[in-house]
Amino acid sequence: MNLDIIESILFATIIAGTPLIIVALGQLIAEKSGVLNLGAEGMMAMGAVAGFAVTFHTGNPWLGVLAGMVAGALMSLLFAVVVLTLMGNQVATGLALSIFGGGLSAFVGKPYESEVLEAVPTLRIPLLADIPVIGPSLFNQQPLVYLAWALFGGIVWFLYKSRSGLLLRAVGESPSSAHSIGYPVIRIRYMATLFGGAMAGVGGSFLSVFYTPLWVEGMVAGRGWIAIALVVFATWRPFRVLVGAYLFGGVMVAQFFVQGSGLDINIPSQFLSSLPYLATIIVLVIISRDQNTVRLNAPVSLGQSYRPDA
Amino acid sequence: MLRLEPRAQPSQLMSYASPLLAIVLMLIGGLILFSALGKDPVEGFRIFFISPLSDIYGVGELFLKATPLMLIAIGLAVGFRANIWNIGAEGQYIMGGVAGSAVALYFYESEGPHILFLMIVAGSVGGMLWASIPAFLKTRFNTNEILVSLMLVYVAQLAVSWLVHGPMMDPDGFNFPQSRMFEESAILPILIKGTRLNAAFLFALSALVVGYIFMYRSFLGFQMQVAGNAKNAARYAGFSAKRMVWIGLLSGGGMAGIAGISEVAGPMGQITEHISSNYGFAAIIVAFVARLNPIGIFFASLLMALLYLGGEQAQQYMNLPSSISNVFQGMLLMFLLGSDVFINYRLTWKRG
Amino acid sequence: MVIENKLVKKLATTTLIVLASLFSATSMAAQDITIGFVYVSPIGDAGWTYQHDLGRLEMEKNTGVTTKYVENVPEGPDAERVIREMAKRGDKVIFATSFGYMNPMLKVSKQFPDTAFVHATGYKMGKNMGLYNARFYEGRYLTGVIAGEVTKSNVLGYVAAFPIPEVLQGINAFIQGARSVNPKAELRVIWVNSWFDPGKERQASMTLMSQGADVITHHTDSTAVVQAAEERGKYAFGYHSDMSKYGSTAHLTAATHHWGNYYTKVVKAAIAGNWKPENVWGGYKEGMIKLAPLNPSLPAELRNRIASMEKQLTAGTLHPFAGPVVDQDGKIRVVAGETMSDGDLSGMDYYVEGVVSKL
Repeated sequence: MNLDIIESILFATIIAGTPLIIVALGQLIAEKSGVLNLGAEGMMAMGAVAGFAVTFHTGNPWLGVLAGMVAGALMSLLFAVVVLTLMGNQVATGLALSIFGGGLSAFVGKPYESEVLEAVPTLRIPLLADIPVIGPSLFNQQPLVYLAWALFGGIVWFLYKSRSGLLLRAVGESPSSAHSIGYPVIRIRYMATLFGGAMAGVGGSFLSVFYTPLWVEGMVAGRGWIAIALVVFATWRPFRVLVGAYLFGGVMVAQFFVQGSGLDINIPSQFLSSLPYLATIIVLVIISRDQNTVRLNAPVSLGQSYRPDA
Repeated sequence: MLRLEPRAQPSQLMSYASPLLAIVLMLIGGLILFSALGKDPVEGFRIFFISPLSDIYGVGELFLKATPLMLIAIGLAVGFRANIWNIGAEGQYIMGGVAGSAVALYFYESEGPHILFLMIVAGSVGGMLWASIPAFLKTRFNTNEILVSLMLVYVAQLAVSWLVHGPMMDPDGFNFPQSRMFEESAILPILIKGTRLNAAFLFALSALVVGYIFMYRSFLGFQMQVAGNAKNAARYAGFSAKRMVWIGLLSGGGMAGIAGISEVAGPMGQITEHISSNYGFAAIIVAFVARLNPIGIFFASLLMALLYLGGEQAQQYMNLPSSISNVFQGMLLMFLLGSDVFINYRLTWKRG
Repeated sequence: MVIENKLVKKLATTTLIVLASLFSATSMAAQDITIGFVYVSPIGDAGWTYQHDLGRLEMEKNTGVTTKYVENVPEGPDAERVIREMAKRGDKVIFATSFGYMNPMLKVSKQFPDTAFVHATGYKMGKNMGLYNARFYEGRYLTGVIAGEVTKSNVLGYVAAFPIPEVLQGINAFIQGARSVNPKAELRVIWVNSWFDPGKERQASMTLMSQGADVITHHTDSTAVVQAAEERGKYAFGYHSDMSKYGSTAHLTAATHHWGNYYTKVVKAAIAGNWKPENVWGGYKEGMIKLAPLNPSLPAELRNRIASMEKQLTAGTLHPFAGPVVDQDGKIRVVAGETMSDGDLSGMDYYVEGVVSKL
């Protein structure tokens, strides 16, 4: 194995992990407020199609990302109205959102199938990109890769250093006590859910505008679910989301490298393709074995409806 | 401004009216959708909801398509009532199909009613085994069953792909990824001549009856209901949470497995990679639209099946993408979950 | 006699008029004849289904019949309902364009004995069900020759969906072609386990290129591979359709499929009432396989050589699997002086020499 290969594995891993980080961090915020939105897959699909359509018509990928963000947020608004205002079941509504988003995106995206976008060039960070091996793979990347890092920094600061972050966590831990000291629980949950949706939309638009770059039905291909799994896997800690996403991306990429290398190992390619999912299960098991960590970090009211005056 | 006021008692009327309200809202959504696409909504509704049922074959197709939905949804409902979220019925459906096919291929070129019987048993065992993975991990390591069961769907799809490219491949099939066609003795009998409706529909009906008895007439069913509604109450009453996790997941897995083998031994007649057809996910919608009630599941399955057939017709005669079915299905569930609020709350107008 | 003559004349003219009106009736009715097409994916702008749709449009123009199609039909129990619906409404010929429709179509064909059923890429025929397929590997061989000439690293890459014979024929023909001009060429293959997943296809292409491949191609259904090569400044061949629009410098040529002539022939025969189920496996000779226009950057000498090889394929004097064909493990599959039989081709389940990946 030479350095070139390590460099390109690293590069591909970072790319594959980026949409997962963005979506999972958004869901982390929503879940910290006590809202479990299983609709990430559908929100990503809508973000992907909106991002693609706007980029295709305007030629500006950043407008596309913005459109993806808006589309994702709108989808989560729908979710929020049902579960927060109308107190619908969060699990079922999230599933409905996944199916609805998948169908609607295929529906509105029909005219864009088979259209192509120009690839967005990578953004090179001077000096850092000159470091051997890790320089080119980490610092000569798609702009959204850096955005994911910035998002990570912002969320760490927000959750652990800001007053609003504290408030958000309080709402997730005990909505009734947060309410009794006068905090607007439902409004805070709305904002957290919308943020989660917006990030899912950005993650989706990353796929269609920067990653492939094209739009097809079903292109999200389970990444929304993996992002949700990542949040649990990370026991609701942003840093672990970052690590987990790259780990997952790495497993996804590594299987192709094994196949392409011509190594004489007699493993069916289907088994290699199932590795990322098996890895997720194994890590979930390892994490949840330690009940204390889960109990310490999981938002207590996760998935439960709350009505202030009930 | 409009406000939601809690009702003193859940409204009996609204619990029946809310599914109807959801259907009406879905139709309004469809009206807007058709108009936005520049299609005549009347013609759209006719093609979508009436033309699939224009002859006996069409009606047979409706029940054929509803059968796996009924089977899976009733199994899932048992778990959902106790807040056991098995989202991976699709994977259990696939593995049921695989296990049943293994029996059919093992008995290839032999005769006898035991073959079909063993296939069904193997199908349900296959589904249960696949569901026992999340059940085991949940009870042993407290691992989230939603995520594990879901990840296993992808694994099951890859597993069936490997099997039909390898051990289960038709030896005379020029290396195409599919099994042999099953013999007559491994195919479910047709119920109505001229249609494809087969005996699996009877399984579905019996499953609904058994499900009804279990949910409303058995102590265990009652326990699970209590556990779903009030976790602490169940704990004080000494109900075993682990046992409920096992029952919840195995019932879903077993039923999904029977649905899987019924599809293989019914309209498919062989196992291929295309066994996965999203019934496992659609059945979750069915279970919720039916509010986890067996009678509701019967009608909700038919409605969902109609939405599929209608989508296909809309594709053939209105040139709409087939994803329109998913749009309608998603809308239906969202509206239903939203309108359910009126069971426990009422709208009031308050000044200020 | 005179009377008789008159009578005969009269009879003759009436017969003529009747015949003429009959003829005009049939030609008027051409547009009333409907032909159904079942597609496995959306038509899109390039790819397997797109080429079939081009064939459909060409046939429609040639015959004046009305055609109807359904896209995105799943290859399971739902296909039977769609095919049956077409037969029931009276379509004269039904074309099902993917392998998974074989068994459903066979079942429906037995219920509608007066309808002509034609299935692509399968192996089961019926009393009223014919088969057709193309020798895709002939085009692959030529792209392989070009790849062998232009590669500098001697590493070629191939992104493939599933290891079925048709795909293996393509892979093996490609490396046979490359090694016929460049014995040092080697081929790496990545299976993505999906006919259509642009994300994976792109990732697999990037992997191949970072492992040294400087010419890549694919047997999947999107344009992602060509796009990826364009981005990295490497070369690529399209497949199914001319994909030059997706990478004007990377795209050297593409092995393309052409079904229009065949569709026209079948529909004309069905209208005339003399259609018989056949098993057609056409290649260069039948015009089913062609190369897309070669990239102008290729040297004139190579272009001429390819043009003459195209003539040889058409004439049947060049066979991509002419012996000796040796597989990856050194086993001789075809001895020198012979060519691989159609039976052996359609059961291909191995890599030939030069492929470094393992099955």
